[in-house]
Formats: sequence, structure tokens, C-alpha cells
Amino acid sequence: MTKADIVEQIYEQVGFSKKESAELVEKVFDAIKTTLAEGEKVKISGFGNFVVRGKNSRKGRNPQTGQEILLEARKVLTFKPSLVLKNLLNDEEIPTGGSRLDGIGRLE
Amino acid sequence: MSGEPSGKGMTKSGLIETVAEATPHISKRDTEIVVNTIFESMAQALKTGERIEIRGFGSFQVKIREAREGRNPKTGAPVHISAKRTPFFKVGKELKEMVDGHGSGEVHTSESGFNPGDGSA
Repeated sequence: MTKADIVEQIYEQVGFSKKESAELVEKVFDAIKTTLAEGEKVKISGFGNFVVRGKNSRKGRNPQTGQEILLEARKVLTFKPSLVLKNLLNDEEIPTGGSRLDGIGRLE
Repeated sequence: MSGEPSGKGMTKSGLIETVAEATPHISKRDTEIVVNTIFESMAQALKTGERIEIRGFGSFQVKIREAREGRNPKTGAPVHISAKRTPFFKVGKELKEMVDGHGSGEVHTSESGFNPGDGSA
């Protein structure tokens, strides 16, 4: 699903023109982004919370060369899914076998 | 009005308020329906296992956590935790930079004065 698909949903379900739907979807994500850029969290009930967290600086290593580097303090965005969303994804049993993702962190 | 950052973050109603103010030709009621439809359609996409990619924002993807044996932290009794689907969010490049304070000319916070790298070059 891309932004264009969301626009299509608005167009079909709400009845705005494609142009208005696109404008609204754009404004919604812009408002979220601006708020997060100010360091504020965004809480969408039924979906989840987007939270900006500070990371302290620390020493790290370039995994390729082994060279020590200083990773500077930075701010990162985290997403905590709401219980409603987690339950929605789990209201059907997960079939055993077949292709599945192997735990977490193995993608991309 | 209530769309302003308050230090307490923005809720869905604050988001609706902000978008309604930015689109005076559209009623607040309609804005509310649009915001709800956006998140409902995203939730439905994730339910079907579909990946979502919002340019400039980030992507969502459902991963499966394997079943495992856990423990009740109170009693120490072993419990079986069955496999479950979990949504994951990966922030997009543009938003990542905006949040860290060096994108799109947004708020700049200086981290100077914090110097833990003392002594090492």
C-alpha cells in the first residue's frame, strides 16, 4: 500500500474528489511530521503512538573495518503499536509451516 | 487552537483539529472521517499482511514473532507464548532527518556542550 492507495480509499469511501483526497492525505501526514519534528509525540488511538526518543552518544565500531567511531547523540522516532492494532493482526491463528518471516530483524 | 503543540504531544483529535484548520473549505466532521479512514485502511492493509510505504514518512510491515516458552514473572511458572504478528515501523529518510533536527529547515537543536568522547580523537 502506498499513499496513492490511501488516497484511493478516501476517494471511494468518503466521496471527495481525487484532488481533495490527495490534498487531505498529504496534510494529515504533514501535520504528523511537523509535530514529530518538534520533538512531540503523536498518539493515534486504535493505531499506535509515534514517539521521539533521544539517544546518547556512544562509541561504536565500523563493522567492516573494526575502526572505532564516535556515534553522536541523536533523536530517533519509534512506533509503539496500540493493543487494538496488535489484536486486529492476531485475531486469526497463524498457520504453521509455509513461508514466514524468521523472527524479527531478518528483513532487508 | 488545540492543534498547537502543548508539550504533551498530539492526539488523533489534535491531528483532526490541525488538518481542519489547514483546510478551511472542508468541515471538521469530514476531516475526522478522512483521518479515521486513513488509519483504518492502513490497519486493514496490515491485517492482510500488506506492506505500507508512505513516501517521506516511513514504512510499516508485519513480522511474525515465533512461539516461545516464557515465564510468568510473578510466579516463575513456565508459560507457552504462541506465535504472533507484530507491526513494525521503519522511519523514512526525510522524517528521520526532520526528527534529528537537520532536515527541511525544521527545528534545530544543538547538542553542543555534551562531550563524552573525551580523550579519544
